[in-house]
Amino acid sequence: MANITKAPAGFEGPGFFATKIDSVVGLARKNSIWPLPFATSCCGIEFMATMASHYDLGRFGSERLSFSPRQADLLMVMGTIAKKMGPVLRQVYEQMAEPRWVLSVGACASSGGIFDTYSVLQGIDRIIPVDVYVPGCPPRPEQILDGIIKIQELVASESIRRRDSAEYKELLASYGMQ
Amino acid sequence: MDAAFVSEKIKSRFGDKILADEMLYDMQCITIRQESLHDLVRFLRDDESLGFGFLTTMNAMHFPDAGEKFSLVIHLHAWKQNYRLRLKAFTNQDPPTFPTFTNLFPAANWMEREAYDFFGFRFTGHPDLRRILNMDDMEGWPLRKEYPLEDQARYDKDDKMFGR
Repeated sequence: MANITKAPAGFEGPGFFATKIDSVVGLARKNSIWPLPFATSCCGIEFMATMASHYDLGRFGSERLSFSPRQADLLMVMGTIAKKMGPVLRQVYEQMAEPRWVLSVGACASSGGIFDTYSVLQGIDRIIPVDVYVPGCPPRPEQILDGIIKIQELVASESIRRRDSAEYKELLASYGMQ
Repeated sequence: MDAAFVSEKIKSRFGDKILADEMLYDMQCITIRQESLHDLVRFLRDDESLGFGFLTTMNAMHFPDAGEKFSLVIHLHAWKQNYRLRLKAFTNQDPPTFPTFTNLFPAANWMEREAYDFFGFRFTGHPDLRRILNMDDMEGWPLRKEYPLEDQARYDKDDKMFGR
């Protein structure tokens, strides 16, 4: 029998296995993240390489990409976000259902990159909360995969009550969202 | 068609308004007074022997140290003769105001919006003069020389590392 994944810590007995529900849900979620590739520029091309067969994002469970935010778990912002694009990105993020995570790929999405100018948003964390940043210009597919793996670690270890917690609500309020 | 032909045709109509007529790297460049630019473009388009029916581009320029700071540059192209022409008009007026070229070339619509968005040029009679590439609520004209290059909302820049 092939071992698909490591079981979480728990108590085993004849015919049963008891563990925390957080671990099971986290395990299921982390291996089936459906990303939304918000690819704007060059980092989007690197993402295309990451999705392709050589680096294959599908092995991590992200075989099905979704361009509809309503059906996506992970918002991957890849590329330069102009100030004019800011409200669009925010609207896409607000349309995502909980639980949702944000991965900021590349220097431009993380901090504006080399484009320190009047038209470029100096980092998407000015408008939406970000979970993992992947620096690079552009980051290699291996680095993007590393970012995905870090997201997976966050997903696996997250409490299922986190989205209702006061701390999370405070975080959203700091961005002006409910 | 060649430069001499074009020069002669426009000199007969606009003789005293032409400020310069030179060949720069194989392209004829004519500098004309601000108030006559629109008439010149109309003449170049409508005249049978010239027929400059294509507006290649329209740009604004800003040189704060020059005698006349702002200028509008228009590139025209005559299809049949495959001849290109550059027109310039300089002015010190702030905001620089020109009559709209949309009645001559529909393509001028977005080109004038770009000149408005980045330099603050006004075009009287333009159907919809508003910002095109920048945020609608932006203040200032980004491509003017006095506009700061870097985003002013950053707080984490170390002056020493940036040579200030």
